[in-house]
Amino acid sequence: MKPTNKTVRGVVALATIAALALGSGAARAEDKSLTLCWAAWDPANALVELSKDFTAKTGVKMKFEFVPWTSYADRFLNELNSHSKLCDLIIGDSQWIGGSAENGHYVKLNDFFDKNGIKMSDFVDATVVGYSEWPKNTPNYWALPAMADAVGWTYRKDWFAMPDVRKDFKAKYGRDLAPPKDWDEFLQVAKFFQGRQIAGKKVYGAYIFTERGSEGITMGVTNVMYDYGFEYDNPKKPYEMNGFVNSAGAVKGLEIYKQIFDCCTAPGMTNAYMSEGLDAFKSGQVAMQMNWFAFFPGLYKAMGPDKIGFFVNPAGPSGHYSQLGGQGISVVSYSDHKDDALNYIKWFAQPSVQQKWWEIGGYSALKAVVEAPGFPKSAPFAPDFLVTMGIVKDFWAEPNYASLLLDMQKRIHNYVVAGQGTAQLALDGLVKDWTKDFKDAGK
Amino acid sequence: MNASVDTPETTAVRVTSGAARRIRLRGLSDRSIAWLFITPTIALLLAINIFPLIWTIQMSFTNYKANMGWLRIKNVGIANYSDILGDPDLWAGMQTTAHFVFWSILLEVVLGFALALLVNHKFRGHSFWTTVILLPMMLSPAVVGNFWTFLYQPQVGLFNYLVNFFSGIPPSSFQMIGDVQLAPWTIVLVDTWMWTPYVMLICLAGLRSIPDSIYEAAEVDRASAWRTFWSVTLPMVMPFLMLAVLFRAIENFKMFDMVNLLTNGGPGSLTETVSITLKRAAFEKWHTGWSSALAIILFVAVFGAANIYIKFLNKVRQR
Repeated sequence: MKPTNKTVRGVVALATIAALALGSGAARAEDKSLTLCWAAWDPANALVELSKDFTAKTGVKMKFEFVPWTSYADRFLNELNSHSKLCDLIIGDSQWIGGSAENGHYVKLNDFFDKNGIKMSDFVDATVVGYSEWPKNTPNYWALPAMADAVGWTYRKDWFAMPDVRKDFKAKYGRDLAPPKDWDEFLQVAKFFQGRQIAGKKVYGAYIFTERGSEGITMGVTNVMYDYGFEYDNPKKPYEMNGFVNSAGAVKGLEIYKQIFDCCTAPGMTNAYMSEGLDAFKSGQVAMQMNWFAFFPGLYKAMGPDKIGFFVNPAGPSGHYSQLGGQGISVVSYSDHKDDALNYIKWFAQPSVQQKWWEIGGYSALKAVVEAPGFPKSAPFAPDFLVTMGIVKDFWAEPNYASLLLDMQKRIHNYVVAGQGTAQLALDGLVKDWTKDFKDAGK
Repeated sequence: MNASVDTPETTAVRVTSGAARRIRLRGLSDRSIAWLFITPTIALLLAINIFPLIWTIQMSFTNYKANMGWLRIKNVGIANYSDILGDPDLWAGMQTTAHFVFWSILLEVVLGFALALLVNHKFRGHSFWTTVILLPMMLSPAVVGNFWTFLYQPQVGLFNYLVNFFSGIPPSSFQMIGDVQLAPWTIVLVDTWMWTPYVMLICLAGLRSIPDSIYEAAEVDRASAWRTFWSVTLPMVMPFLMLAVLFRAIENFKMFDMVNLLTNGGPGSLTETVSITLKRAAFEKWHTGWSSALAIILFVAVFGAANIYIKFLNKVRQR
């Protein structure tokens, strides 16, 4: 039968509709995307690179929402509290875990982990407790450890190797100049370099965190206070803080931090955090720099092996600790793409992906990566990172952590930078503030 | 294309409906038309001003925390208010704010008026210099706060080098932002730098509004320049000056962005103005009830002071 014009027109129309429908379906598959929220820093750039593999494998496009550290908590906690759908995945700070779990911001991952064979015992213990668990030390998981991090130190290897500098140091302190192992040695080295002329330029002893607005000075001072006996509360009686937060050791630790600030920092470092430290170190201003391990790959690349060395946070009379940083990756419960987001976590947890994550500038928390025989030699800071991850302590992760943090910021900055009152008064005041905070939170 | 072509029928329909509308509007009273015009504005005001205010007042009597929705909201009576009014840290913040408001306005008024007197006279390059003077107020406070942190930097900042140039004090030997004594003055200085041109503009408007005939009369009376200034210029400009003071006082009382970026309230809490305290309590600590009470206290204080001031301003104008 010869098709009439009408039939031909009908077939063409149907074919067009079918083609359009198929085309739009394909377009929908291609348009699948996930938004991942994190801070704007070097590891975030590495994650962008890494995530290209996920897109290649699944066809799901990745979008990224990175904000500077100074507004990171403000911005993303506002997003979470307002039940925003902006972030499908969030790499949230370790302190957010309590509030995000109790407020229903994060999807609980236990069932997902069980179903996909992801075991938390495969990850570094401190990171599981710090980034994933709420309540702490219970098997309730709200995040996958994503970016292991802690406070470490860099030093000017080239200055430490200068013969005249070494000679002067030996003459003054009767020992060889080396990266400090405890806080007494640290003070000696810092004082030694303070004001010294190196290559015709005045240099300073040390760079430490002093930032007031977010978390800086707290993340700095705890590295000394832990070593001198500071505890957040009575290990046998939770939330009992008197005698632990303001113990004699804690007071001494705070005094040491102030001593470092007064004697051995560069002028103007009164509200300084990560980026100021990096600038001060790179520009040859300071001999030693406190900062997060996360920055060390970039710093090493920028300065070269001759100029930069690394060391673990010094020890104190009551122990050897370091401040935990880092974050876990969580699925936001308000996301419309929870399944894809869970797929991303499943992909990210694979050993091969974790290995690549470490190689391109992230810090994996997977034991298979960090406990591999070749890991300590994989980067000059890797051995110190391994040691540090075994001695970390973290700040409160309670739902009301922000109040607790801001109170500590205020008390410590008032004493260390503004020089008001004494260390004992500052910590007694902190106990008072924290007691009120916990009372307000019903604890 | 033919959709826009009028046919006699469609024109007739439009004319009929237009006429009907006119008839309907003609049926409305003046009062109804007035209501018709102001209703959207009233609705908008209610939605974005009055409702939030009432909501804030209500929250100020509770222990509500916006980030902890699972906690039961309890009515705490006036506990938030008494806690705020008895909080020594908050009074210290009030003192910081008062110091900032008082000194910045004093300097801005003196310098702004002086600049206005200068700019009121024609001189070579008058337009160029007027534009240069006005530049700081055209910048964003956030930008100003940020770049002044660099200018105040003790090692590389221009400010310390200028002090060194004029006084011989080594630039690295002092720091503006981190020093307990100097930090409160840094915010005064930057605010003065930024907003003096604004006060100058208002004063200039005042100076230009004085009729020449008054000056001519003063000249006929052989009044000295000093006498003319005290008896003619200053009284005539006074309402404008007072208006500038009102605008700047309200603005500086709630100053946040510039101070936050410049000093972050530090060192310690020495430059923590009440607006920074309020922001930290509301959006960092999430003490929503407590911060609502503080917002109400500040609102009442500013509203009350501004009303008293406006009454005083009106008296000055009547004189």
